[in-house]
Amino acid sequence: MHVEQISVFLENKAGRLSEVTSILAENGINIRALSLADTSDFGVLRLIVDNNDKAREVLKNNGFAVGKTEVVAVEVADRPGGLHTTLGIFQQAGINVEYMYAFVQQSGENAVMIFRLDDIGKGVQVLKENGIEVIDGERIYTI
Amino acid sequence: MIYDIEYETMPREALEAIQLRRLQTTIQRAYANVPFYKEKFDQAGIKPTDIRSLADLRHLPYTTKQDLRDNYPYGMFAVPMDNVVRIHASSGTTGKPTVVGYTARDVDTWANLMARSLSAGGAWRGDIIHNAYGYGLFTGGLGVHYGAERLGTSVIPVSGGNTKRQIVIMKDFKPTILTATPSYTLHLAEVASEMGVSFDDLGFKYGIFGAEPWSEQMRDEIERTLKLTAVDIYGLSEVMGPGVAIECHEAKAGLHIFEDHFIPEIIDPGSGDPKAYGDPGELVFTTVTKEAFPVIRYRTRDITSLNPEPCVCGRTHVRMKRVSGRSDDMLIIRGVNVFPSQIESVLMEIDGVAPHYQLVVDREEQLDTLTVMVEVNEGLFSDEVKQLQALERRISKNIKEYFGVSAKVKLVEPKAIARSQGKAIRVVDNREI
Ligand SMILES: [Zn+2]
Repeated sequence: MHVEQISVFLENKAGRLSEVTSILAENGINIRALSLADTSDFGVLRLIVDNNDKAREVLKNNGFAVGKTEVVAVEVADRPGGLHTTLGIFQQAGINVEYMYAFVQQSGENAVMIFRLDDIGKGVQVLKENGIEVIDGERIYTI
Repeated sequence: MIYDIEYETMPREALEAIQLRRLQTTIQRAYANVPFYKEKFDQAGIKPTDIRSLADLRHLPYTTKQDLRDNYPYGMFAVPMDNVVRIHASSGTTGKPTVVGYTARDVDTWANLMARSLSAGGAWRGDIIHNAYGYGLFTGGLGVHYGAERLGTSVIPVSGGNTKRQIVIMKDFKPTILTATPSYTLHLAEVASEMGVSFDDLGFKYGIFGAEPWSEQMRDEIERTLKLTAVDIYGLSEVMGPGVAIECHEAKAGLHIFEDHFIPEIIDPGSGDPKAYGDPGELVFTTVTKEAFPVIRYRTRDITSLNPEPCVCGRTHVRMKRVSGRSDDMLIIRGVNVFPSQIESVLMEIDGVAPHYQLVVDREEQLDTLTVMVEVNEGLFSDEVKQLQALERRISKNIKEYFGVSAKVKLVEPKAIARSQGKAIRVVDNREI
């Protein structure tokens, strides 16, 4: 039920982000979701792509430090309070959300959010108990 | 066990009396027989008879590696060639090699000091020594060999190389002591594992490693992998060879310098001023028994500190810390001496392997600033910004705590640090002084 995310260390200087996107484009890799967290010195780029292994390989070959993390993709009702409900479930279960970001495309009527949780197994479990749709790895790449 | 109880456990006062007597003899002989020393002393206006106490040693000029090179090959010898029974040479990676000579009595002294060293490291009669130091111009192989025979152990003169055969010898001959460089030892371990040989089935008890800088982390790895107790040995051909100083296996906390033969000093590598016990600086040696090749206040360029505290093993000789770097690499930041190797040891603690790093020194409004650039590798990387920031703070805090220097830590991408012939450039000093 988990989705694999790759992350890339970037120095905070002009052109580094487009360097990554152009390497991926040249190698025919599609970016499905993306978020950049940065400080004054460096940033961490997180990506959901349609071919993780290839993306890691080409980025590493181009000298980037690349990591791999399990995240959860969740359908969130695209209406006021939709996200709040999901966050409330995590909070009640005592699960910390390290960060989250939105998927580019919708899944039908719903928005898709990516969550990085401190306890991913428990997170998926409480979502299911509350009847919230968790999207698995295979499906996310085809949305 | 202590091989030479009388000298190794001698009370300090008696030891210093012997040092002074031997020093005076050495100074007189060097002055009389080596034109280089006569010229240097005359220039400084010092006569051998001016040396009346150990403290007077401070008035004598230093001898440097360059001085030895300038007198290549035999200019520093203090005896005629027909008294020289052995010649060794250090590798000349930068410039000419340094040639050193030994009289029969020097070889005898060396064997005694190596017998002391091996027993301090855990060897005794009945042990079998696998000696993987190179035999040849390098002093390592023959140094250990003569000491092993003097001590009364069985020595296998296997020398370096042909690693697979070495593993077979270890399996069949069942040596109990290993002597080798630490890096070759790790290579031996790798090849043994490829050959399916486990050190659990070999008989090693102790290992005596040196001839190159190594770290506590390497000691842990060697002890864990080879199932033995590892000690550090120190020496350099200009002073004698291996056996100038040895760690005792009882304490494994610093190397006893054989002070009845060598007088150590610690100096500030910049100013040349003497340093107190405990303060890090450049190690300087004066030999007091060497006949063929005496050195007076020879600057080793190795950075260490001296510890005069009594040791659990019973030896009274002062202990030097594991060599932490070379004075050539030293940076002075706000008056504090900093060596790249010290920063490396902090980085090593984080992940077990040191990432590539670079020290950048700037001067802003009359104040020196140190920035440590650290290349992020897979082991250090996290997808969470706060983890990476915590990593920067942790490195900075450890540098401050261990070495008293404030440093800004900046994480950079892999390969961001400039390389010169494949090696990262460790220091960039932007100060204009
Ligand atoms: Zn000791």
